[in-house]
Amino acid sequence: MSVKIAKKNNGVKRGLAASIIDKIGLPTLIIAAFFAAVMITAVVLKQSIPVLISDILRRFGMNGVLVLAMVPAIRSGTGPNFALPVGIICGLLAWTIGIEMGLTGIKLVLVVALMATVFAVIAGYLYGRLLNAVKGAEMAIATYTGFSIVGFMALVWLIAPFKSKQMGWMMGSGLRETIKLEGVGAAQIFNKFLSFEVLGITVPTGMLLIFFAFCLLIWLFFRTKTGIAITAGGNNPEFAAASGINIDRNRIIANIISTVLGALGIIIYSQSYGYFQLYSGPLMMAFPAVAGVLIGGATASKANVSHVIIGTFLFQGLLTASAPLANQLFEGSDLSEILRMVLQNGIILYALTQVKGGGK
Amino acid sequence: MKKAKGLLARFNTSYLIDNIVPIIFIGFTLAGFIVAKGLPINFFLSELTSRFYRNAFLVLSLLIPVVAGLGLNFGIVIGAMSGQLAILIVRYLSIDYLHLSGTWELILCFALALPIAAFVGFLTGRLFNKTRGQEMIASLIAGFFANGVYQFLLLFVVGVIIPVRATHPIIKPDGVGVRMTVDMGGLHYALDRIFRVPFMWAVLVVSLLVLALVVVMYLVRRKRGQQGSLVSFIIKVALLAGLACFSLYSIATNSRLMYVRQVPVVTVILIALLCVFNELIMKTKLGQDFRSVGQSQHIAAANGINVDRTRVIAVVISTVLAAWGQIAYVQDMGTLNVYGAHSQIGMFSVAALLVGGASVRKATVPQALIGTLLFHSMFIMSPEIGKAVFGNALLGEYFRTFMAYGVIGLALGIYAWNANRKSRITLDPEPVKEANS
Amino acid sequence: MSDILLSFRNIAKEFSGNRVLNNINLDIKKGEIHALIGENGAGKSTLMNILFGMPVIHTTGGFEGSIEIEGEKVQITSPHEAMARGIGMVHQEFMLIPGYTITENIKINRELTNPNPISRIFGKQLETLDMKRMNADARKALDIMGMDIEEYTMVEGLPVGHMQFIEIAREIDKSGVKLLVFDEPTAVLTESETQNLLSVLEKLAATGIGIIFISHRLDEVMQVSHRVTILRDGELVVTKPTEDTNKHEIAELMVGRKVIMERSGSDKRKISDDIILSIRNLEVKMPGEEVKGFNLEVRKGEIVGIGGLAGQGKLGVANGIMGIFPARGEVIFEGRPLELNNPKGALAAGLAFVSEDRKGVGLLLDDSIELNTVFTSMQIHNQFLINLGFAKFMNARRIRRHTQAMINDLDIRCTSSKQKVGSLSGGNQQKVCLARALTQNPKLLLVSEPTRGIDVGAKKLVLDLLKKLNEEQGLTIVMTSSELAELRSICDRIVIVCEGKVEGILPPDASNTEFGLMMSGSRAGSQQGDGIA
Repeated sequence: MSVKIAKKNNGVKRGLAASIIDKIGLPTLIIAAFFAAVMITAVVLKQSIPVLISDILRRFGMNGVLVLAMVPAIRSGTGPNFALPVGIICGLLAWTIGIEMGLTGIKLVLVVALMATVFAVIAGYLYGRLLNAVKGAEMAIATYTGFSIVGFMALVWLIAPFKSKQMGWMMGSGLRETIKLEGVGAAQIFNKFLSFEVLGITVPTGMLLIFFAFCLLIWLFFRTKTGIAITAGGNNPEFAAASGINIDRNRIIANIISTVLGALGIIIYSQSYGYFQLYSGPLMMAFPAVAGVLIGGATASKANVSHVIIGTFLFQGLLTASAPLANQLFEGSDLSEILRMVLQNGIILYALTQVKGGGK
Repeated sequence: MKKAKGLLARFNTSYLIDNIVPIIFIGFTLAGFIVAKGLPINFFLSELTSRFYRNAFLVLSLLIPVVAGLGLNFGIVIGAMSGQLAILIVRYLSIDYLHLSGTWELILCFALALPIAAFVGFLTGRLFNKTRGQEMIASLIAGFFANGVYQFLLLFVVGVIIPVRATHPIIKPDGVGVRMTVDMGGLHYALDRIFRVPFMWAVLVVSLLVLALVVVMYLVRRKRGQQGSLVSFIIKVALLAGLACFSLYSIATNSRLMYVRQVPVVTVILIALLCVFNELIMKTKLGQDFRSVGQSQHIAAANGINVDRTRVIAVVISTVLAAWGQIAYVQDMGTLNVYGAHSQIGMFSVAALLVGGASVRKATVPQALIGTLLFHSMFIMSPEIGKAVFGNALLGEYFRTFMAYGVIGLALGIYAWNANRKSRITLDPEPVKEANS
Repeated sequence: MSDILLSFRNIAKEFSGNRVLNNINLDIKKGEIHALIGENGAGKSTLMNILFGMPVIHTTGGFEGSIEIEGEKVQITSPHEAMARGIGMVHQEFMLIPGYTITENIKINRELTNPNPISRIFGKQLETLDMKRMNADARKALDIMGMDIEEYTMVEGLPVGHMQFIEIAREIDKSGVKLLVFDEPTAVLTESETQNLLSVLEKLAATGIGIIFISHRLDEVMQVSHRVTILRDGELVVTKPTEDTNKHEIAELMVGRKVIMERSGSDKRKISDDIILSIRNLEVKMPGEEVKGFNLEVRKGEIVGIGGLAGQGKLGVANGIMGIFPARGEVIFEGRPLELNNPKGALAAGLAFVSEDRKGVGLLLDDSIELNTVFTSMQIHNQFLINLGFAKFMNARRIRRHTQAMINDLDIRCTSSKQKVGSLSGGNQQKVCLARALTQNPKLLLVSEPTRGIDVGAKKLVLDLLKKLNEEQGLTIVMTSSELAELRSICDRIVIVCEGKVEGILPPDASNTEFGLMMSGSRAGSQQGDGIA
């Protein structure tokens, strides 16, 4: 059964490669081919395919919203949101406060989501203001904004007066690096909602529904008056300005949305994981998200919701599938992690070479 | 009159903004000394000088790309990886075949690092030409990318594609891949131990040499009939003489300062040579091309300068210097953390340079040296302050990481903000008409 | 014969089938200041590009004819080679590095160096700079022009006049320079700086250097040049000694057209006496097209043309009114003052603008005809939207229907209304721009360079369309164009802009001489006493 799926995948790719290469883009095709090859190898090496597909679905849903956060930023012309940690931090802060308040279960998650949204709106607004002040160097500055916030929050985690036993160290002050969500009944809370099993594949229905709901919302947003104006401002700022669009304001709106998606994205991500990480945990989280949307066919200036879905599926799928495989081939090694580093940063570099107009 | 005052105020704020980073750091270090009273001065100086010997070379390797308009080259991590590759190859060969002495191993490391770093530097340079205008983020990502390739090479190619002796001490026990940490053996202190002098003796010698230089320069100038400021001359002489006397006193009384780590003279000479190199190359045709390209690629190209080639040369030089700097760094450490030693040097070196007052477009040798000292003072002080003020040394450690990121972010932000402000089109000030009314 | 320095022989050049230069024969003598005159698009720049072997020539199929230097036929394939053959150019935009001293700028990439031990091993690139000799050379070049500024002064902060001279000094300093081209060198200079420059030109010519002097300022041309060549529509009209002509004749020859389209059907229209738009003291900071105090009143229902040479500020007027570049002054539209620097306000008031920068400001090249057509109306007038209270969604069906109607009305050739605008031809792109402007139902339409870069057939269509809109719907139009013939074919009156101000207003049937003189800023009637008549 699964052999067929893999082969079919491969066949489709080859048959149409010539005609769709322009439309889909070379990087996407290469990764897709790679993914297909890994899946075939997995079958040949008798990996448990249902388990693999379950994992892929889970990772897809976990990362989806974080990748989706790239879309508003890219479309508004500020480039991929390399400052995704800003949003993530808002989500983490909300988690810690929620747990500190002693909430559990769905109540906790909803309160956390609400708080995270509020924090992210404020942080996104400030971040948008910052980006407007540094036009032309957004990507580098966004990266270091993200790093700085993570560095600063490490201080906060260490000295913030949290009392909850779920999060503190056995002794001394400060929060733990890894905080489990099982104790507060929030682990896999979305994954388990309406979850079902078919052919041995576990489908995290709730999480996937939430992800697709966000995709739909973002897609709809870019069909509204404001969304269209944001896109136009990103594509051609001069054109938009001549049509009376307040580009700076739109860039702020887009980055608020992106930051909110980052905040909600980390909530979905950590409930699926079962725990969340403080301190340097969020430091590098922007890069896989950026790579995800780029692999789906986006560029530093163009992105669609479809790029998010395709890219997250391919990238996370490839990483998930290659991990057990690499482990089987090279025992006890971290080949999959290295693959992630090379792929993720390779695709970002490729996208940077496609950015036009620098150089004075 | 009012206008002039406004102008002055604006000049002052902009001066403050331009130099905000060094000001913060000087303030921080001073505050650190006041707060952390228990910190023994000899410990501080030993730490600081050690860190200086290790890092100055790397920080100096950043200068040329800045002058050539490429900005802050986070890609020096790629050079550092080349240096480490050279070390690993030399260590492997030396243990099995060559049986060299530490010094020869070191020389071989330097020689081998040159072609490796030049090659990867060439590739990075080409990449930067393709990512024009986004060099800094590209150099950062290129470093991550190269790290992946480097790990793949050392973990999976070594022992699988490249045959190695499975029982070799730097190879993992299963015969595939290089170990996490590799002992430097004879390489440890290979550069440092060639010639060492006690710290205060070094201070004494240097202050006397500089004193002599100052006096000679002053006399020569007088002879030529040029006017030199007598006051500044006297202050200089007094300071240097005071320093010399102080070091003599320390030596005579065997004060605490005598327990500061000894000065590795050859390492210091290499750092000094690199300073001289950076200054001299700017006085050559190549250096002038770097400057021209850095100031305006368009005008440089219009005048027939091969812009792309010049930029690639700048990156190659920077990468090679970084490779050598990393070798000097590792020989001082004694063990090579194969998969971690390089990962943060890009960020820390860039932060150090910025702390010295450099910007994305302008960086000088004194800025690099002062920056290294200031930045690493902060590094040493942070845990101490954390301990003294909050009773938590970990806090200080997180704090210094935050400062490193923050400094870079702040410097990049201020530069971009200023550049945008300057390039904005504004109406000329209202003409005479308004002045009359 | 030996005093002929440079000869163009039968030069012709086509850009994708469009003949922009035809059969040019021209000699430049040693020590001669030869003025080259022509309107925008007459072929001056193309001729100079050929002389300098610019890539834009080779990549478009080269040129016909040949160039001779001192009687020897030469192939110039790169600007570098032109430089090596002793031909220099003083650029209109300054090629100076602000952070460099005068010497460093003069010597850029031609630095004098001394060998040192390291350079002997690693090559010339590492030779030490010889600042002393470089300074001495720079001094010499500055002295030739009588400039007493120190050669080690930083260029940043110098007055523009000085920068122009440093550019010249750089050319003089190049050894063996035989011919210098000056492209509008006085455009940015003050009166006294101009006089200095002209005397430097004379000094240089006296040393035997040949000079090609491109200028639209006829007074300067009369004052300094020995001979004048006039280009028009890619043809060489005449070359004659300056003393045998006068500026009236030059102006006439520069503008003269064989065919002038007549403004027809004008009797059908009514131009009311109502002033729909009045502009007072408009200043606009548009780089390269600055407006410095522009005044105009537009009556309802007329077509007003704004003409003038490139760089004089005619394009700045519309851009300033529409808030695209910073502007100051007073604009009254339909009796109400219009807030400047506010594109939204201008659009909401009922103005529409078709920009001269079609691919930059004018269109979203990667988006569909549909979006390009309705975008502004959607954003400004909230049209083509479905308002659900919490959000306004685009109304895809209405957008489709409207765009389809526009495609039919304006005869836009496309595969569908979803086609990306970037893949349309220039003429059809322009129609999309017009479609967007018309979708806004404007009370006044500002059109800049409507026919730039589109082929002849499309040009006529666009002009006819404008005329039709004016006649049938009474739409008031302000059209800015570099092509005088085009203005004369549809406008009721033509405003000529010179140096950012209105030089004068002419009816479309005024004589060539009048237009020519006015565009050159040396109108017969205006004796301001500047220059030498």
